[in-house]
Amino acid sequence: MLIRKPAAIASSEITPERVYRGRREFMAAGALGLSGLALPRSAQAGLQDDDEITPENIVTQYNNFYEFGTDKSDPATYAHEMTTDPWSVVVSGEANKTGTFAFEDIIKGLDVEERVYRFRCVEAWSMVVPWMGIPLRKILSQFEPTGNAKFVEFETLYRPSEMRGQRGFFSSIDWPYVEGLRMDEANHPLTLMVTGLYGKDLPNQNGAPWRLMVPWKYGFKSIKSIVSIRFTEREPLNTWKQLQASEYGFYANVNPAVSHPRWSQASERRLPSSLFDANRRPTLPFNGYADEVASLYAGMDLRKYY
Amino acid sequence: MARYLKPAIVFALLMPWCWLAYRVYLETLQTGAGLGADPVEGLIHYLGEWSLIVLLSAFSVTPLSRQFKWPMLIRSRRLIGVVAFVFVAVHTLVFAIFYAELKWSIFLREVVERPYITLGMASVVILMLLTLTSTRGWQRRLGRRWKQLHRWVYLAVPLALLHLLWLRKDGYTDVFIYSLWAAVMAAERIHHWRGGRREKQSRLAKASVSI
Repeated sequence: MLIRKPAAIASSEITPERVYRGRREFMAAGALGLSGLALPRSAQAGLQDDDEITPENIVTQYNNFYEFGTDKSDPATYAHEMTTDPWSVVVSGEANKTGTFAFEDIIKGLDVEERVYRFRCVEAWSMVVPWMGIPLRKILSQFEPTGNAKFVEFETLYRPSEMRGQRGFFSSIDWPYVEGLRMDEANHPLTLMVTGLYGKDLPNQNGAPWRLMVPWKYGFKSIKSIVSIRFTEREPLNTWKQLQASEYGFYANVNPAVSHPRWSQASERRLPSSLFDANRRPTLPFNGYADEVASLYAGMDLRKYY
Repeated sequence: MARYLKPAIVFALLMPWCWLAYRVYLETLQTGAGLGADPVEGLIHYLGEWSLIVLLSAFSVTPLSRQFKWPMLIRSRRLIGVVAFVFVAVHTLVFAIFYAELKWSIFLREVVERPYITLGMASVVILMLLTLTSTRGWQRRLGRRWKQLHRWVYLAVPLALLHLLWLRKDGYTDVFIYSLWAAVMAAERIHHWRGGRREKQSRLAKASVSI
């Protein structure tokens, strides 16, 4: 099923097909330029002076993707068992255009941008990753959410035959994995729907064919391998909150002041760390993106809404 | 056969250290190659897992030797127990040196604030006491109380299991297997004690009848 492009997008905003077809080369060239250790400040807004891009093999081999197992190396070992083509996405809820869409049709004509973001896991480690993707608001606006849409809820693929973690007997997760954002968070320019990294297609273990990336929130908010987008009036109950609400909240903004029962959030280990240098650095409020996003939470008690 | 038992146990207990040495060697060749992207965590988890396995092995010696009528095994109990503590001690030291980077403030804060570490440390303290008093000298000095003291292992084992359980976010397969292992060995003991008491009682009963 094809989605009609909303007229609101001017033809000048549409990437010429020639550029679109050549995007891989374009991105690869970009990634090559970025692989140097020092990044020009201007090119990488939001990065600290000493932020270095994490080696690709670590980003693609050290993953939390419990659908494939709880060990960090499980996703890289087993995610190839997941079929990502064809990939359809169900759009539902408070929007004018709902239904089942093919993944390629949703992203067709949208510019893929490269964004280097810090990525902070709730387990107190972090990486710096050159993501490639489309601002989420450009994707969501195609479905014309109505005024009732206060939140957007996402679901990961549920396919136990290809995702061995979902077959596990000793898991307390109620699959499929659910995450959500408030609409203003979803529409924030930093929020990205990721389709690739390091100038390549997104590997399965990183959430192919597309996954969310909300750089000021803990990694578990950035749901992978999305098959459902639902616009809702009420706050979605995300998987980790459902599992342990005292530890994981809906907002999950990176916040060094709110400690987690299992991990101190005051500092983080930047990967790769080595035995003799934990590469520990202080964790910044909103993962260093406070200037861009703190205003979204003005007046909210972030100790209560963690 | 019995001759080879102890060397076989020593060999088995050395294997995880050899594998660890190999992985550390790989790590020195290339960062991330031996211990993963987060080597400190990789090392702590590896040592923690083997601490539990060897501790459970030591915990299994008495029931196994009883069930299989193999008293020779008892002679290796102290060795296995001491090696279990060596794993536990290195596990704790790696945490203190590489994770807390030898800063007492970080170390103490983690022990106090993280319930799973608090439980783990409690287990470490018990096992340290048991290891220090495992020599023949202490056995003699403490006499009957030695046995009472070493019953604290019945607390150290569940504490170690809770430590692992609480650390986990999800995925409890190994926790289940280890707990089942501990439960089977505990059940054998309960069965044995009950049997022992029943025997005693029946002996007493017989004695009173004969009077």
